[in-house]
Amino acid sequence: MSLFSFTLIFAMAALSVCVVMIGIRFAMGPTLPDRITCFDLFVANIIGIVAIYTELTGNQDFIDVAIILSLFGFLGSISFAYYLMKSSR
Amino acid sequence: MLDNINFLLIREIVSSVLIIMGVIFMLISSIGLLRFPDFYIRMSAITKGATLGLGLILTGMGIYFNEPDMLLKVLLIIGFTFLTSPVAAHVIGRTAVRNKIPFWGPTDLEEFKDYLRKEHSNHRDHERDNKHL
Repeated sequence: MSLFSFTLIFAMAALSVCVVMIGIRFAMGPTLPDRITCFDLFVANIIGIVAIYTELTGNQDFIDVAIILSLFGFLGSISFAYYLMKSSR
Repeated sequence: MLDNINFLLIREIVSSVLIIMGVIFMLISSIGLLRFPDFYIRMSAITKGATLGLGLILTGMGIYFNEPDMLLKVLLIIGFTFLTSPVAAHVIGRTAVRNKIPFWGPTDLEEFKDYLRKEHSNHRDHERDNKHL
C-alpha cells in the first residue's frame, strides 16, 4: 500500500467519524430544524466520501453519483423547510 | 530538465494535501454541530465549514485525474454547492425564527427585537396547530 492510498483511506475514515457525530446530533437534536441541518451536513459528507472513493478506485463513473446527490440534498432540505413553514401558518 | 520529473507523484502530493485540508474542515464543522449550544450557532458553523471542506476535497480529486471532462464535472458540483448551501441555510434559519426556536441565553438580541416581534405577530395562530414542535 502506497502512502497515497493510505492517505485516502485515512481521509475516508475521518469522514466516517464525522458521519457518526452527525448521527449522534440527529438522534439528540431537540427540534426539527436541527435534524434538517444534520441531513444537509450528512449529504455533504457522503459527497466527500464518494469523491474520495472515486479517486481511490480510479473509476470515473462514480462522480455522477456525487452530482445527483448534491442536487437531491438541496431539494430535500428545501422541501423539508417548505413544509415546516407551511405547517406553521 | 522537465523529463525527469515524476508528474504523477506531484499530482498525488497536491491532491493528498488538498483532501486532508478539506477533511480537517469537515471534521471541525462536525465537532461544531455536535458541541455548540444553539440551533443558529450550529447552522452558522456547518454552512461555512462544510462548503469549504467539500470544495477542497473535490478540487483535490479534479487535480488528481487531470482530464477536462472530470474538471468540468467537479466545477459543476462545486458551483452548485456554493450556490445552494447558503440558500438552504437561509431558508431553514427563517423557518426556525418563525417557529420560535429558542436562542441561546447570552445571545444579544437588542437590534433584532423588532423583527422578531413582527415575525411572531404575523403568525399568531400557529401555536395552536403546531404544538408538537
